[in-house]
Amino acid sequence: MFDKILIANRGEIACRVIKTARKMGIQTVAIYSDADKNALHVAMADEAVHIGPPPANQSYIVIDKVMEAIKASGAQAVHPGYGFLSENSKFAEALDAAGVAFIGPPVKAIEAMGDKITSKKIAQEAGVSTVPGYMGLIEDADEAVKISNQIGYPVMIKASAGGGGKGMRIAWNDAEAREGFQSSKNEAANSFGDDRIFIEKFVTQPRHIEIQVLCDAHGNGIYLGERECSIQRRNQKVVEEAPSPFLDEATRKAMGDQAVALAKAVGYASAGTVEFIVDGEKNFYFLEMNTRLQVEHPVTELITGVDLVEQMIRVANGEPLTITQDDVKLTGWAIENRLYAEDPYRNFLPSIGRLTRYRPPAEVAAGPLLDNGKWQGDAPKGDTAVRNDTGVYEGGEISMYYDPMIAKLCTWAPTRAEAIEAMRVALDTFEVEGIGHNLPFVAAVMDHPIFIDGEMTTAFIAEQYPDGFEGVTLDEAALRRIAAATAAMNRVAEIRRTRVSGRMDNHERHVGEDWNVTLQGAEFEVTIDADPKGSTVTFADGTAHRVEGDWTPGDQLAQMTVDGAPLVLKVGKISGGFRIRSRGADLKVHVRSPRHAELAKLMPEKLPPDTSKLLLCPMPGLVVKIDVEEGQEVQEGQALCTIEAMKMENILRAERKGVVSKINAGAGDSLAVDEVIMEFE
Amino acid sequence: MKDIIQELHDRREAARLGGGQKRIDAQHAKGKLTARERIELLLDADSFEEFDMFVAHRCTDFGMEEQRPAGDGVVTGWGTINGRMVYVFSQDFTVFGGSLSETHAQKICKIMDMAIQNGAPVIGLNDSGGARIQEGVASLAGYADVFQRNIMASGVVPQISVIMGPCAGGAVYSPAMTDFIFMVKDSSYMFVTGPDVVKTVTNEVVTAEELGGASTHTKKSSVADGAFENDVEALAEVRRLVDFLPLNNREKPPVRPFFDAPNRIEDSLDTLIPENANTPYDMKELILKVADEGDFYEIQEDYAKNIITGFIRLEGQTVGVVANQPMVLAGCLDIDSSRKAARFVRFCDAFEIPILTFVDVPGFLPGTGQEYGGVIKHGAKLLFAYGEATVPKVTVITRKAYGGAYDVMASKHLRGDFNYAWPTAEIAVMGAKGAVEILYRSELGDKEKIAERTQNYEDRFANPFVAAEKGFIDEVIQPRSTRRRVARAFASLRGKKLTNPWKKHDNIPL
Repeated sequence: MFDKILIANRGEIACRVIKTARKMGIQTVAIYSDADKNALHVAMADEAVHIGPPPANQSYIVIDKVMEAIKASGAQAVHPGYGFLSENSKFAEALDAAGVAFIGPPVKAIEAMGDKITSKKIAQEAGVSTVPGYMGLIEDADEAVKISNQIGYPVMIKASAGGGGKGMRIAWNDAEAREGFQSSKNEAANSFGDDRIFIEKFVTQPRHIEIQVLCDAHGNGIYLGERECSIQRRNQKVVEEAPSPFLDEATRKAMGDQAVALAKAVGYASAGTVEFIVDGEKNFYFLEMNTRLQVEHPVTELITGVDLVEQMIRVANGEPLTITQDDVKLTGWAIENRLYAEDPYRNFLPSIGRLTRYRPPAEVAAGPLLDNGKWQGDAPKGDTAVRNDTGVYEGGEISMYYDPMIAKLCTWAPTRAEAIEAMRVALDTFEVEGIGHNLPFVAAVMDHPIFIDGEMTTAFIAEQYPDGFEGVTLDEAALRRIAAATAAMNRVAEIRRTRVSGRMDNHERHVGEDWNVTLQGAEFEVTIDADPKGSTVTFADGTAHRVEGDWTPGDQLAQMTVDGAPLVLKVGKISGGFRIRSRGADLKVHVRSPRHAELAKLMPEKLPPDTSKLLLCPMPGLVVKIDVEEGQEVQEGQALCTIEAMKMENILRAERKGVVSKINAGAGDSLAVDEVIMEFE
Repeated sequence: MKDIIQELHDRREAARLGGGQKRIDAQHAKGKLTARERIELLLDADSFEEFDMFVAHRCTDFGMEEQRPAGDGVVTGWGTINGRMVYVFSQDFTVFGGSLSETHAQKICKIMDMAIQNGAPVIGLNDSGGARIQEGVASLAGYADVFQRNIMASGVVPQISVIMGPCAGGAVYSPAMTDFIFMVKDSSYMFVTGPDVVKTVTNEVVTAEELGGASTHTKKSSVADGAFENDVEALAEVRRLVDFLPLNNREKPPVRPFFDAPNRIEDSLDTLIPENANTPYDMKELILKVADEGDFYEIQEDYAKNIITGFIRLEGQTVGVVANQPMVLAGCLDIDSSRKAARFVRFCDAFEIPILTFVDVPGFLPGTGQEYGGVIKHGAKLLFAYGEATVPKVTVITRKAYGGAYDVMASKHLRGDFNYAWPTAEIAVMGAKGAVEILYRSELGDKEKIAERTQNYEDRFANPFVAAEKGFIDEVIQPRSTRRRVARAFASLRGKKLTNPWKKHDNIPL
């Protein structure tokens, strides 16, 4: 076995590889750029080598610099993680030349699968199902109909120069094919000046399902089930799970066999992933093969008990696989949510900066465990596992230079429903402050009926959140639980207030039992009956909730039970009340005495200021230039100004026609979020 | 007998209605509560004891003798906030627009006299059209009587003013002399002369809101210490503030049970100071992570943001915090921030509230604007305030402490009790670049040499150890342990006794 390996990556994946290496008794070497001097992976590794300035193209993906670090550290093997150099055949070649093992597939396999057209060809030759289509150019409508019939409806007629939906038609029968061909051709000619057309199978209700394969250098190959990755935002996976709620055993086996066949056809030796698109009828078609460890590999590890990084290292060391296909059992269910430093309320704009608070849920081990691939018995029943792969820490920085991923939070449980429930609780417990992040969004997905039913397609986010994410609205049952809990919490806080020194003896304040709770526009009158173990909170309609927990004022996380079921609230302060975050919802909760509530109702409701005639700065940044003048008429889409943020120039454009009435900022000004840049008439 | 009791009941009922239901409805329509409703929100339930409910004015001019409502436009008395006594007056806009008559003033003076005598804060809820014009000079005399009591009470009991409607003309000077002024957004304004007079005299067209609304006074003039969305929120926040304050200057600040370990370690503070000395960071994070339960009551949040002032608790006891804010103007001292912090320090000292100072100050803001504005005298106010303060003073230098500003910010030399520094502290006369440019003027043409000199200067002075060698810094502490170290420092100072030489009063450069 290797004595020392270098991890040519950063962030959570570097940390994850280091963990397995350490378990195997292998020394680790981290590499880092200037921006990562204080990063977690550097602290975790046995050694660390500095490799240059922050931009990845001057550090992490410069082969020469990584090679120097390998030489300097004396590492015998390199794990590339994902991204960066992980699928760069030149890097693999350079390692070969230097006599350093690449913990990944052979150069030839990387090359073969690196090209979309070549890989599809190889896949077809290996008997892998690919999207049926006609790649040649189509002469006329008759030929289009003929080819469409050969492929089978529905088909997609596409302009070869097409993009953005232009020159694209879906046809379900001959008439539509004929018409679609003509209109696509015309549109393509007008839009792109290139009227070449091709036809392929239109995949309805597409899902993204991928097969994890594992091969050694001795010709052995197995598959470790699938991962369902249909929930994506602009091709970026957000939620993954294993197994897929959609596949049956026969389809799984067919996909697995084909994936292994493809891997063997290219002489694959490492962990790899074959991605398929699957339609509503469980027809599956090859998309591409990723010749590296996938981001979402933990869900496979959780249901199979196989440490994929360990297997990669062993294969790279020339060891034969000790796991056979028969050893692979899929036990229980695993869900992964990717937490990104992207603000869901601002159209998922990356949000960089300091993590003033970062408290992930405690990790809990459960599920199937294998020791070097050998099955160690069934999972402990009823237990749930929580796993959090992360590369950051409280007080650390989310840098503008790299992927804004904060963590990959996974849960495992014997059933899918239990795994989802464990995930909900884990998300509620996950504290991240200081930056915007997508935690409320993934929490919303976990409660979405389509996800709960396992009915999602790759269009899920686009279809369910067409106008972006606007927060979660809780149902009355959830509101009542939160109202009961906050009423009980408020009582604790009020009683503490009355224990201040300097009270007038015998004339102390008595904290009452009747309270009025308002949240999310709802109002509940409650009576609290407290005892040493908790509180019974009775609502005006007579229903009662039992609240128990040891929350004390100042705790930012209230872990309670309401009627025996766990309720986790993130608790913040707002004037005269609580800011409560739970299940993706962000609520202002006021608990008042009945009389105070009555008076509070007399207060005017203040509408947020109308910002429709203002151009607000969408992110903290620097004004590079203002493109318009006061009094100028602007057209929809016209550039108004350029803001530099995170080293990127963002051009802000007019949403509609208008006249600029006032400009409040000039080039060189540094602006905060929501600062007014200009006003319109 | 029954009839007599019934009469009392009826008279009380009538008095409680103030200017009548119609005017109460009008007050509500403006989004404002009545004088009595406000008292209900301010005080503990059923704790209010009223004085002078039946006082009526004595004016006989302009037909005033025809209407003599009981109470005369102000409700006064005492009650408790979380069981602690406070005196309160609440002007009733439904009675003669809350205007101040001779008797109205006498009611306020009565409770102020009692507050001073019995040692409890005075809270004024202001909602008044101004002087009762019909009474002429008697009304003006009433104002002055209140002013005189504001002055006598200053430094004896905390005085809090909440502006919950108009407050114009001479009326502004009573709140102006109290310790804290809070305003309600959109429904309150304060000015010496209103928009009409302004237009007549200066031809300036300005709305009441622009001239003296909550935004103006919290952001521009610094007259107000805070502003709240509505009456309910404002009064809840006043309750919260009172929980931080001692009842009078003979008492220690209050202590209440706390649920936060004094030895809590905050690892993340070790990375609070950015690698680059010119990169700002948010000092509020440090304040929140040091405070009990992350609870911080900020004073003048929207004014002179380059310095932060407010109250926290450590081990349940109130501590005043003053901190430079590197996010704004690099945290430098200037006229506005010096005045803001000086007033806060003097309040704390007057009421025995210990002071915690976090320092990251590159110096005083240079420029003609500052010099013409008298930064010398204004800066001296903060220096004076820190120097004269006899309360426990604990200071932590997180990064820069340059030049005269180092001296000003509760340094050892101004009788600082505990002066700590983080390892990232740089205590020097100025930054390395500036120092080298003066020390090695002749070498300025030689970039390499200057770079080397700068490096040497940084190595020598950009650290806390030169100051620590001299004993100006008592200890260099780990950022993560700040809460524990500071809490222990204040704990050790609970018995502190320090008296300044006898004087009639000092002569702070006002």
